[in-house]
Amino acid sequence: MAETAATGPGMPQLDISTFPNQIFWLVVTLVVLYFVMSRVALPRVAAVLADRRGVITSDIATAEEFKHKAQAAEEAYHKALAEARAEAGRIVEAAKAEMQEELDAQMAKADAEIAARTAESERRIQEIRDSAMDMVSEVSKDATKDILELFGAKADARSVNAAVAARLKGGA
Amino acid sequence: MADNNGGLAIRPMDQFEVKALFGGDVSWYTPTNVTLWMALTVLAASALMIYGARGRALVPSRAQSAAEMTYGFIYKMVEDVAGKDAVRFFPHIFTLFMFVFFANILGLVPFAFTTTSHIAVTAVLALTVFFSVTALGFILHGTKFLGLFWISSAPLALRPVLALIELISYCVRPVSHSIRLAGAMMAGHAVAKVFAGFTAAMGAAFFLPILAVTALYALELLVAVIQAYVFTILTCVYLKDALHPSH
Repeated sequence: MAETAATGPGMPQLDISTFPNQIFWLVVTLVVLYFVMSRVALPRVAAVLADRRGVITSDIATAEEFKHKAQAAEEAYHKALAEARAEAGRIVEAAKAEMQEELDAQMAKADAEIAARTAESERRIQEIRDSAMDMVSEVSKDATKDILELFGAKADARSVNAAVAARLKGGA
Repeated sequence: MADNNGGLAIRPMDQFEVKALFGGDVSWYTPTNVTLWMALTVLAASALMIYGARGRALVPSRAQSAAEMTYGFIYKMVEDVAGKDAVRFFPHIFTLFMFVFFANILGLVPFAFTTTSHIAVTAVLALTVFFSVTALGFILHGTKFLGLFWISSAPLALRPVLALIELISYCVRPVSHSIRLAGAMMAGHAVAKVFAGFTAAMGAAFFLPILAVTALYALELLVAVIQAYVFTILTCVYLKDALHPSH
């Protein structure tokens, strides 16, 4: 501000003759600016800010809701999984039991068949053995008779038969 | 900028002269450079707050962001400094801030006229604040508003003395409020002009004043914003005293 003294004419700021002009236009400007700001600009900006706050709040609420839904879905999934596991276990158990039952039945049946076959086979073996025995005695008797005839001895058929039978019994 | 001074005769105060736009004498209603630059201030403020924020987008553009930040900045200042019940005066304080802010900024445009460098303008602003706030204090609290000067926490004997000091400091408020702004604006512009004037006078070393003016402009930009801020925050402080006179 030291320069002002050197410039001579002085400060235009102190020229009182321009004051009414400045004050008049200042008042006009302030009134206009106040109305433009308070009636147009500020309500608009305030509305935008309020809108944004509202949207953000509702978005957060929606996100929260989705989170809850996801959690519920996860729970339901785990529950369904556990149920399915239990069900599968039950089915496996039932199938096993059924199979065991069938197996047992088949085994019993097979055992019975085997037993029957065995009995049949034994019976036939016995038959064969019996017939073989008969044949042996027959052959032996015939052979004995032939041998006796060859030696020229008159063989009494009945005594030969008895002797062979006794011999066979003893040898058997 | 210095060419129109003609050689060494630097006239740093010429830029502050109030001139009629279309010639003739300056009477109270004449359109002058004051009218022009105040109109531009209104336009600039409207450009930011209305044109800038015209998109009303949920995700703001840069200009809308600037408008919203200005709004939020002043709103928070009013709320924090003057209290929640001062929010009803937010449009008034916002108007005041926008006027001082854009007048200061536009004043930095070369060849501009700085309306806020005139004591007549800042005094009217400061006195408007002073009288509004004082009237508000009496309307809201009646004679209890005088409790602002009667410091009940001080010893009884000291109270009259303190009341006198408080009263004087209260009445000096509009003076400091207005002279601070006008002084800061005028000084900066005058110094810039003086340095600019040196450019022609210094011959080969002409770049030195240019560098100085460049640096000064950066400083002046800071001062312009800070003075607008200071003017507004002081208004909020005075408003707080009127709303809550008890200390």
